[in-house]
Amino acid sequence: MTTEKRLISLSVNGELQAKIVEPRMSLADFLRIELELTGTHVGCESGVCGACTVNINGQTARACTMLAVQVEGDEVTTIEGASESGEFRDLQDAFHARNALQCGFCTPGMLMMSAELLTQNSKPCRQEIREYLSGNYCRCTGYEAIVDAVETVAQTRNARVGEQDD
Amino acid sequence: MKPAPFDYVKPASLEEALELRRRHGAESAILAGGQSLVPDFNQRLRSTETVIDINGLSALSSIEESQDIISLGAISRYREIETSALVAEHAPLLKMAIPEIGSPAIRNRGTIGGSVSMADPGAELPACLCALGANFELARAGSKRTIAAQNFFTGRYETALDHDEILTRVDVPKNRVGFRSAFHEIARRKTGYAMCGVAAHGKVTHQSVQNLKMVFFGTDDTPMLAVNTISVIEGCAINDVPPAELDAALSEDLHPSDDTHGSAKLRMHYAKVLTRRVLAQFVSAHGEE
Repeated sequence: MTTEKRLISLSVNGELQAKIVEPRMSLADFLRIELELTGTHVGCESGVCGACTVNINGQTARACTMLAVQVEGDEVTTIEGASESGEFRDLQDAFHARNALQCGFCTPGMLMMSAELLTQNSKPCRQEIREYLSGNYCRCTGYEAIVDAVETVAQTRNARVGEQDD
Repeated sequence: MKPAPFDYVKPASLEEALELRRRHGAESAILAGGQSLVPDFNQRLRSTETVIDINGLSALSSIEESQDIISLGAISRYREIETSALVAEHAPLLKMAIPEIGSPAIRNRGTIGGSVSMADPGAELPACLCALGANFELARAGSKRTIAAQNFFTGRYETALDHDEILTRVDVPKNRVGFRSAFHEIARRKTGYAMCGVAAHGKVTHQSVQNLKMVFFGTDDTPMLAVNTISVIEGCAINDVPPAELDAALSEDLHPSDDTHGSAKLRMHYAKVLTRRVLAQFVSAHGEE
C-alpha cells in the first residue's frame, strides 16, 4: 500500500520547520531522524517508559504516541530547546549533583516531566513527585536520587521566592 | 517507522468526519488521543488504511451541564476532566478514577471517547461510566443513536460501535442527594493498567447501601456489574456484611483468568480486598456528615 506524504510545518524549539513526512512517522522519529534532535529517546514506543517525553503547546506528551502529522502548526519543545534556553538549568544541575542519572537514557523525559510538575505544584511532597514521575522508567538509579533532585530544586526555588518577598 | 502505512485525514467538521467514516468504514480508524491506538499501530497489533483524526472537531471537546446531566464531548481529555469543576461537583467518581490512568503526559492527550471506544478490559473509565449509568451518543452520516454504557461493551476491545459510526458524546447523570462514589484499583505501578479495580456508586445511609452499582474491571472481558455481590451488600447493615457470603458472591460474579501479570486466584483475592475498601470508604464517608 502506498500512502500520500504530507507537508507539515511546526515550531520546534522556537525554530520553524517544514518537512514532508509519511503519515505513519511518529513525532519521536520525526524529531530524531528528520531534525537530528536525538535527545528525545525512543524506548518502548507504546507510551509506557516516558523516555520520549516532549512538550507540545505547553503540555508534556509522549512523542512516540503522536504522529508527526498531528503536530502541524504546534509548538514543540524538546530537551535540546529546554537545555539551550536554560529554563530548567537548576533541575539539570540538581540531577548532576545528586547523581540522579547513570546511563542517561531516561533523563530527558524525567526532566521534561519534573519541569511540568514544578510549574503546576511548587511544593510537591516526595509522594507527589513519585506519582508524577511514575510513568517514567529509570533502570539505573532506583529513583531515590531523582526524587531528591526534584525536591531540592522545589525547595531552592521556594527559598528564592521567599527572599524576593522579604 | 514501526506502523504499517496508512493515509491520514483531519476533517474540519463532524459532518465531514462522518462522511469519511461512511466511505471508509471498517478500513478506517478514529484517532482521538491516540494513547492506545498509536501504540497498537507501533506494535502492529492493528493496522488500517485511513486514519481519521478528530482532534480538530472543537464541537466534541466541551464539558457542559444541563439540568440532570453532565455532557462530555468525546475528545474531552483526561486532564480536562480531572480539573473540571463541573465533574468534581456532579460526577466525582470520574475525578477519583483519573489519577490512576497513565502518566500525566498520557492524561494530557488521552480522551474519554477514546477510552470508551477502545474498550480495554483493564481501563478505568468504562467501569466508572457503567456504574454511573452513563449514555453514549453514536453518530453516523445523517443519524445518531444513544446507547447505555452497560450495553455498549460487548467483549475484549469490542463494542457496539459500528464501522460507520463515531462516538461523539458521553452523558453522565448528575450525582443525586445521598449518593456516594468509591473507586479503588490495584496495579503493578501507580499509573499502570489495573490488575483488578472497582468503581462503585450507591445511596449510602448510616444503616445500609441501596441502589448500588458496583462494577469491576481487569477481571473479565468487559466491565462487570457484580450483581450477586450487590445483593449481598444491599441486604445487610453496612457495618455487618458477612465476609463469607461476600466472597462467595464475588466468586460467582467475576471470572478472572491467569496471565503474565498474575493468576486468576490473585485477581480474585484483589477483588475481595477492594470490595472491603469500598465498604470501608462508604462507612467513613457517611461518618463525615
